Amino acid sequence: MERMPKWADLILTPLISLLLAFGLSALVILAIGESPAEALKVMVTGSLGSSYGWGYTLYYTTNFIFTGLAVAIAYHAGLFNIGGEGQAAMGGLGVTLVILALPWPHWTLALPAAMAGAALFGALWALIPAWLQARRGSHIVITTIMFNFIAAAILNYLLVNVMRPVGSMDPASASFPAATHLPRLSDLALAFGITWGKNTPANITFLIALAACFAVWLLIWRSRIGYEIRAFGRSEPAALYAGISPSRIIVATMLISGALAGLMAINNVMGGGERLILNAPEGAGFIGIAVALMGRNHPLGVILAALLFGFLYQGGGQLALWTSIPRELIVVIQALVILLTGALDNMVRMPLERAFAALSRNRG
Amino acid sequence: MSGAAQQEDPAPAIELRGISKAFGTVQANRGIDLTVPRGTIHGIIGENGAGKSTLMSILYGFYRPDAGQILIGGQPVTIPDSQSAIRAGIGMVFQHFKLVRNFTVLENVILGAEDGARLRPSLARARRELQRLAAEYELLVDPDTLIEDLSVGHQQRVEILKALYRQADILILDEPTGVLTPAEADHLFRILRGLRDEGKTIILITHKLREIMEITDNVSVMRRSRMVASRATAETSTAELAELMVGRKVLLRVDKAPARPGAPVLGVRGLRMTDATGVERLRGIDLEIRAGEILGIAGVAGNGQTQLLEILGGYPEPGARLSGELVLNGQALPLTGSDGRARRRAGIGHVPEDRQAEGLIMDFTAWENAAFGYHDAPEFRRGWFLDNAAMRADAAAKIEHFDVRPPDPELPAKSFSGGNQQKIVVAREVERNPDLLLIGQPTRGVDIGAIEFIHKRIVALRDAGKAVLLVSVELDEIMALSDRIAVMFDGRIMGERRPDQTTSGDLGSLMAGVDPASTDPQGAMPPAAAHPGHAPGAGA
Repeated sequence: MERMPKWADLILTPLISLLLAFGLSALVILAIGESPAEALKVMVTGSLGSSYGWGYTLYYTTNFIFTGLAVAIAYHAGLFNIGGEGQAAMGGLGVTLVILALPWPHWTLALPAAMAGAALFGALWALIPAWLQARRGSHIVITTIMFNFIAAAILNYLLVNVMRPVGSMDPASASFPAATHLPRLSDLALAFGITWGKNTPANITFLIALAACFAVWLLIWRSRIGYEIRAFGRSEPAALYAGISPSRIIVATMLISGALAGLMAINNVMGGGERLILNAPEGAGFIGIAVALMGRNHPLGVILAALLFGFLYQGGGQLALWTSIPRELIVVIQALVILLTGALDNMVRMPLERAFAALSRNRG
Repeated sequence: MSGAAQQEDPAPAIELRGISKAFGTVQANRGIDLTVPRGTIHGIIGENGAGKSTLMSILYGFYRPDAGQILIGGQPVTIPDSQSAIRAGIGMVFQHFKLVRNFTVLENVILGAEDGARLRPSLARARRELQRLAAEYELLVDPDTLIEDLSVGHQQRVEILKALYRQADILILDEPTGVLTPAEADHLFRILRGLRDEGKTIILITHKLREIMEITDNVSVMRRSRMVASRATAETSTAELAELMVGRKVLLRVDKAPARPGAPVLGVRGLRMTDATGVERLRGIDLEIRAGEILGIAGVAGNGQTQLLEILGGYPEPGARLSGELVLNGQALPLTGSDGRARRRAGIGHVPEDRQAEGLIMDFTAWENAAFGYHDAPEFRRGWFLDNAAMRADAAAKIEHFDVRPPDPELPAKSFSGGNQQKIVVAREVERNPDLLLIGQPTRGVDIGAIEFIHKRIVALRDAGKAVLLVSVELDEIMALSDRIAVMFDGRIMGERRPDQTTSGDLGSLMAGVDPASTDPQGAMPPAAAHPGHAPGAGA
């Protein structure tokens, strides 16, 4: 069978899916009596039209890069980690414990320690489902979903009963000391004399996220453990034949995956909130699934898909703010994007493959 | 086709003419002719992958043949789907039952054959019909029991009842005894005889010779996607059938000097293995292989060869219980708690029987595959990373030495032909110069040119003073390559022969579990083996 050129597979297919999703969303917006053109304008200007919008878009993008990477690496081992939400929540706990434990003199010292705390807590939260899968055969999809709820309940308890400062009515941890606040991207821009993204939560974690993408790429395609992860994900019998231990790969992969999801807390807890609040991940763990799916589980694809979902997230917020389109509609649009780029991928891909086959026949 | 039809029925129940079917580049059926007279039990026998199940799937409308003609009762028919097969009077009992486990027997029987929207009349009619069938054919099943509460044997009866309820005249059973106890199998055979005596036509797909001899009227043998012979069962023997199944003609001639066996390399003593379901797969294997010799293991697939290779390769199936002793170069080799990596380090190379599932990662490139299993060797590692450049260079060299085509290390394994895929695996294992090479089905699905090449490499390894354990279901391959031949049957070594002092008939008898050298034929057939009902699911 004639194969599609690679650019069509990687770029054209998701692009067409995306346009279809937007087209359907336009119909939905029409159906509730609003103008799709107006909605699109609000979304684009609100998220990409100003440095303020970009600041928020990049902030959300950073979250989605981490959770997207977490899902992507697990996927290479044939594991479906639905637990990014819980792992990110636990990462937030790790960050908070590290920062509130010591009087950090400067953020440069606090950051590596907080990253270690975030990664450790996220990884440990993934370790239990991984161990259950490797040793007891409990399916990781089920256990990671359940662990999301357990994480939410634990954080709920801790924030209400343990970590809440005396006298506060707010179920949240104490605010982090100013010395531990991460530089915002706006501060960096200002250092170069540019006024950009003032009063937005985008912070240097975005750069850490890009570095994480490179590290994951190295891990998957250049390291020995990555080679073994990919081999195990493609064929378990072959892995056994080669002497690759399935339980070792399952545990190692899930530790890395959980650590990546946990690292998201550097962005939203340390960089953005500067304290731990209830439901800090705000669903980013689940959006990570869509990001990985759309990004074809490749770090570069994850960056692009995270940017798209960052735009949708920020644009959707603006939609609710400036039009009478309800905020829930953005969930519909996100769902349509996920549906068309993920679940209905073949609906676009197969006619496209046929078209390319016909094209090459005509030429030949 | 000499004695196939005792009486020349003007309209045989089934007649196939020149049926061919290919899946991609794999030819599953080639020009199959088959005549099944009405009111007979017809056995179709052949190795796994010989094409039996494909042929029956064509008959049941799952696949369309690429060429050929199907005649039912003398009338040419096309069978585009299973509904048409049912209308043509064909019923199928699959190896893996198609029953709804939380439905009752009655509900399963009418499923898909309801009379109308209301269930009650259908159920009442089915109940009367089941009572009639039960009385007529000994097909006793309580119609109101849930499937999940039934034994496997009873579930199979429900499958037969389903077919009969749909007025099947022709019943196809795919490996029906694979899941049955000996008593259940006996009962099934009584039922089948009863059905035949009522004028039904039965096709029995199996790879068990004893069943063929016990119950069929005629038997057809498939081998490598062709129908190679048809016989009246009364005029053939298990030895002849075994020989036909694995191929009799010595097509292959490998030029090799006489072996000069040296010191023992591998010793296997009293090796026993019971799998997770409690079936004993290996019942005390004793083997010795010396440096500079090829020991060939012959036998019909499913008699323990796969388990033997997996244990020696360091990865017995999970949950298996093992006992016995392994010795490599005078050192004890751990039976359990080892893995493929440790075995490679100990000097054992392994070309697995199933290269596509085990030997290669089909999506990986040729260069990634050329180091598979050796990827933590010092020359390929740079700390935590892989030395991709070294792996690519190594793969390019192997591709050149083994003439892999196309010679492109960047292509994924799935883009190579079967022969070239196998060359990649053999190159990987042989170029490491192992003390012992385990090699399973080295030329299955491999073209003639590559067969010759691979055979030469195996002999060259032997001449370099290495030990080779060759497992193959191709008798001509075993005869051409081996310095000694051990025949496996039902988890035992039935006997050992030298290739120049045996015949294919002699080996065929051993493969069927009969030792011609033994005076007491029963002695070679212990009661446990009389019903080899535990051979692994052989889908073919």
